Amino acid sequence: MNKSWQSLTGYLRVGLVAALATGALITGASAEVTYRRGNAGDPKTLDQHQTSIDVEANILRDLYDGLLAYDSRGKVTPAAAASWSISPDGKVYTFKLRENGKWSNGDPVKASDFVFSFRRMLDPQTAARYAALHYPIKNARAVNRGELPPAELGVKAIDDKTLEITLEQPTPYFLELLTHQTALPLHQASVEKYGKDFVRPGNLVSNGAFKLSEFVPSDHIKVVKNPNYFDAKDVKVDTVMFYPTEDSAAAVRRFMAGELDTNYQFPIDQLNFLKQKLGSQVRTAPYLSIEYYATNVQKPPFNDPRVRHALSLAIDRDFLAEKTWGGAAVPAYRMTPPGLQNYTPPEIAAAGETQLDREDKAKELIKAAGYGPGQKPLKIEIRYNTNDSNKNTATAVADMWKSVLGAEVTLLNSDIKSHYAYLQNKGDFDIARAGWVGDYADPQNFLFLGLSDNAVSNYSRYKNPDYDALLKKSDETGDQAARMKILSDAEAMFMKDEPVIPLIYRSSLHLVSPKVSGYEDNVQNVHRSRYISIAP
Amino acid sequence: MSDTALAPPGDTSASAGRSLATLAILRLRRNRAAVVSFIVLIAITLFCVVGPWLSHHAYDQVYRSYVGLPPSLSPYPAQNTLEDAMRGALDRARIGMRDFTISGSTFRVTLTSPNPIDPRNTRYIDRVDQFRDAKVVATEDGGKSLVVEGTVQRQLFLMGTDLAGRDLMTRIMVGGRVSLLVGLLATFVSLVIGVSYGAAAGFFGGRIDMVMMRVVDVLYSLPFVFFVILLVVYFGRDFVLIFVAIGAVEWLDMARITRGQTLALKRREFVEAAHALGVSELSILRRHIIPNLLGPVVVFMTLMVPKIILLESFLSFLGLGVQAPLTSWGVLIAEGANNIQNAPYLIIFPAIFFVSTLFALNFIGDGLRDALDPRDR
Amino acid sequence: MLIYTLRRLASAVPTLFIIVTVAFFLVRFAPGGPFDMEQPVAPQVLENLKRAYSLDQPLFYQYLDYLGKLVRGDLGPSYSALDFTVGEMLMRGLPYSISLGFGALILAVFGGVTAGVVAALHQNSASDYSVMTVATVGVTVPNFVVGPLLQLVFGLMLGLLPLGGWGGGDLSHRILPTIALALPQMAVIARLTRGAMIEALRADHIRTLRANGLSNSIIITHALRGALLPVISYLGPAAAALVTGSVVIEKIFAIPGVGAYFVDGALNRDYTLVMGTVVMLAGFVVVFNLIVDLLYAALDPRVRYE
Repeated sequence: MNKSWQSLTGYLRVGLVAALATGALITGASAEVTYRRGNAGDPKTLDQHQTSIDVEANILRDLYDGLLAYDSRGKVTPAAAASWSISPDGKVYTFKLRENGKWSNGDPVKASDFVFSFRRMLDPQTAARYAALHYPIKNARAVNRGELPPAELGVKAIDDKTLEITLEQPTPYFLELLTHQTALPLHQASVEKYGKDFVRPGNLVSNGAFKLSEFVPSDHIKVVKNPNYFDAKDVKVDTVMFYPTEDSAAAVRRFMAGELDTNYQFPIDQLNFLKQKLGSQVRTAPYLSIEYYATNVQKPPFNDPRVRHALSLAIDRDFLAEKTWGGAAVPAYRMTPPGLQNYTPPEIAAAGETQLDREDKAKELIKAAGYGPGQKPLKIEIRYNTNDSNKNTATAVADMWKSVLGAEVTLLNSDIKSHYAYLQNKGDFDIARAGWVGDYADPQNFLFLGLSDNAVSNYSRYKNPDYDALLKKSDETGDQAARMKILSDAEAMFMKDEPVIPLIYRSSLHLVSPKVSGYEDNVQNVHRSRYISIAP
Repeated sequence: MSDTALAPPGDTSASAGRSLATLAILRLRRNRAAVVSFIVLIAITLFCVVGPWLSHHAYDQVYRSYVGLPPSLSPYPAQNTLEDAMRGALDRARIGMRDFTISGSTFRVTLTSPNPIDPRNTRYIDRVDQFRDAKVVATEDGGKSLVVEGTVQRQLFLMGTDLAGRDLMTRIMVGGRVSLLVGLLATFVSLVIGVSYGAAAGFFGGRIDMVMMRVVDVLYSLPFVFFVILLVVYFGRDFVLIFVAIGAVEWLDMARITRGQTLALKRREFVEAAHALGVSELSILRRHIIPNLLGPVVVFMTLMVPKIILLESFLSFLGLGVQAPLTSWGVLIAEGANNIQNAPYLIIFPAIFFVSTLFALNFIGDGLRDALDPRDR
Repeated sequence: MLIYTLRRLASAVPTLFIIVTVAFFLVRFAPGGPFDMEQPVAPQVLENLKRAYSLDQPLFYQYLDYLGKLVRGDLGPSYSALDFTVGEMLMRGLPYSISLGFGALILAVFGGVTAGVVAALHQNSASDYSVMTVATVGVTVPNFVVGPLLQLVFGLMLGLLPLGGWGGGDLSHRILPTIALALPQMAVIARLTRGAMIEALRADHIRTLRANGLSNSIIITHALRGALLPVISYLGPAAAALVTGSVVIEKIFAIPGVGAYFVDGALNRDYTLVMGTVVMLAGFVVVFNLIVDLLYAALDPRVRYE
């Protein structure tokens, strides 16, 4: 039934194309190509300065081009900027914008649009959620605190096509930062004209491959090809429909019925089933993320590093990755995920051992610490925010701690807001589940989780002045290789204390129809529609 | 509700020495569907209460080799999967193998490695759920090959295992304890509150009714999620709170229905007659109104049980209610619904128990209504 | 009657006031705020955000501020849909939910009442048992199971209907969610109708009618008048719940209604959105309950409102 219906519409489409063929010969246009993209949820905003989640980034990266952007393989490429140079001290970046760069309304893209955007981002009035990401820019922190006016920000337009950004100190990952969706430019005139409403269809002016056509919250977002885009001839789809497929199990069924060309996220429990059914349409790729258990290092027995190591060693991460996460994960023995360029992570002894060796060691350690069978009972409560993967992970880990260390483990779940509020307000806990997704591909973006002055996400309350000093030193080191070495040493120090127990690195989960080409797995999990083409 | 509350209308002396309860039970006994349902309900209850003690599996035991197994009448592991299981076990020790044979319930395998093998590596074989008692029976090649023998461990998972590798049947039993308790007790709590409140509002009428029903409106409109979250925050995760949370919302519908019925009843002849005879308002309410309400109330009660059992799973989501690894039917069904395509048995088996229980309750409810009918005497 | 209606509407004002007040503080005392998330915001940013939403003010001041704006019809900005106000979100989503909920309501009432009457007239017959079996299954099987099942059968296996999306309101997109939404209500109504109808058929005045040899259809009409009472008292809140959408159905079928806001708003600690849903639901509850009470009086002449 489905097949015949599809072929019927297929015939209709062929007929339509034939009817239009004469017209097509003259105008050079071909049939409209629509890319139906399941996007895992509704954006909370289309304002690049309020954005905080990946589904927003997916849309914004189609609408706008930043100075730099990720290509289909996740490599940094020039976008709105054609070229750039960095001063010898690593503090001043000068960008040359594309001569033919245009906004969707035909206005030229000017350096002042970027200046306007950065100032708005850091203006405390804007209350941008990700403002802190741009603190490496000179005076950014002070501006965001309201201590300096936005005009004092270290971003200025030399002329219409030249932009100069000055940093507080050399920041080797700054180019990576510029690919973030919060670093996208704004069309100054329309923002000034419409205020908060500049994001509405009809008002929104963008400089990317697509422009906004319709936004019906919770239903769809329609973006259409931007004829003014500098590379418009290489953009192969005319329309992208973003569907907020929040119920991922239902989205899988819609994908299987042919209602979606690609879909972001599917239930991890279904991975094996989907692989059998859909084969290579299931795409999983490691990306910059980590799942870990924070231990409360101020509370006995977790203040004893031997106990923390024992807990870590007793976890069979291969089982977690292969079974609990269905293969869509990689065992993690340290904080930084693989795939960070130029970074050589420290050797972690446990990573090279077999699980039985780890378990033997765990038993020794816990015995030496005075816990376990015949000694003080080891009572552990694992806190996690409610979802199936977290529940299955906690269940498996509890079983491992019980069987290897003889621990008494209880689980406690709460909704995500209660969970993180509890951790951030320094609630009393033993072990708490947390996750982190890198904002940019640099080890610093993972290692800062253990800084003692990180008031928000150092859930373990880990405090190590030597560690803080190493990270500070890395910030001040301009030489990339030397800096990476320092960060590697810092990570080794962190893992020696192991205030958090790394579990696994997650994989991104996509379904990609065989009709789609130009889709590449990448560690950034960035998939811009401009590279996609759809076979009829 | 005491026996006197169930006295028939106009009948002030529990006549002929037979109390109303005895009468009702007698009549109920004649209803075949109700009797069968009663037996089914008792069977399911016994299955849930006694079952976990008889089961070979603990409800929280994780079989890491048996994640997401479909139901089967024959024990796992299947014969043809054993070699792969052995290879998987040895892969983790980074050791090769050859000559894997099975005879009866014992296996024999030769471990191979370019370097001498530590005999302790047999623990890797014992580690998987398929094998146990692995021991070295011969050493060859100066320790580079070991011949190992041991027992194949067979386990029965009649209803399969869940996606964490736990026996589904045992989990259904344990979950049933929670759900039956919550379903019946919370329903009863809501029923008592709802019926008394609704009957009072409808009976007194006028301004009192107005105020009482506006209170119901207020409670109905409050955001339930926050109510639950606050309960957890201020009172911990006590099991009793489940009844408080459910009771707090579920009596509202009951109250509205009862109140509506009462409004109609109080204009009926026998109530007006009682009024004329000077019977006190309270005893009219007790002897005439409430007994006549029982029909729709009993029907509605049987509709409430499934709602409450499922509501419990939402409470678990918010951290109130059962905590993993403990489970309930509501939680099992919610998990099953997520995997309806890839593992349909995860929803089918809990649903069978859930649905049969509710069918039984429905028939008992219908039977009760007939048995208690004040007119049919 | 008119005076009664007016008095009820006047009494809605204090009711709404109490609801808003209790809900406002209930929501604020819950742990976690709108800005707590897996990727936490920096302390300075949090300060800026709190200032932008006036969360840095004393709570009571915020409450007065909210009341003041509410009176002027301003429900405030949303914390989770930043480009919209809560008013815009509700006004945008309500038409979808109402149109779907209304369809489901009609289906549930007609289907449920018919099934209930048929079953009651043929009590303990095969048709009674089959109707009641279906109804019991309908009550028992939750909508988060019915939804996926319908998608699997009618969408994926038979390929008859689309699995999700609103499709611009196209009928084919509405069939499955309407059925999934109506089914449990239909089952409840069928059971309530059957029970009440059996009672009604036994009532003295119906027996009298029957003894007088009146036609079946007249008897049914008379009996149904009384039998509908419990159905109608059930329908008040049920209808309010139906037209304000169902989070489960909206998520499974990707319908842009307001039902999802009840749970999402709470889980996101979107204070203003939660308050918006509270006000909306309260409004519907007040109106529907009033309609129910008026219907009551119309159906049963013995019920009088002074």
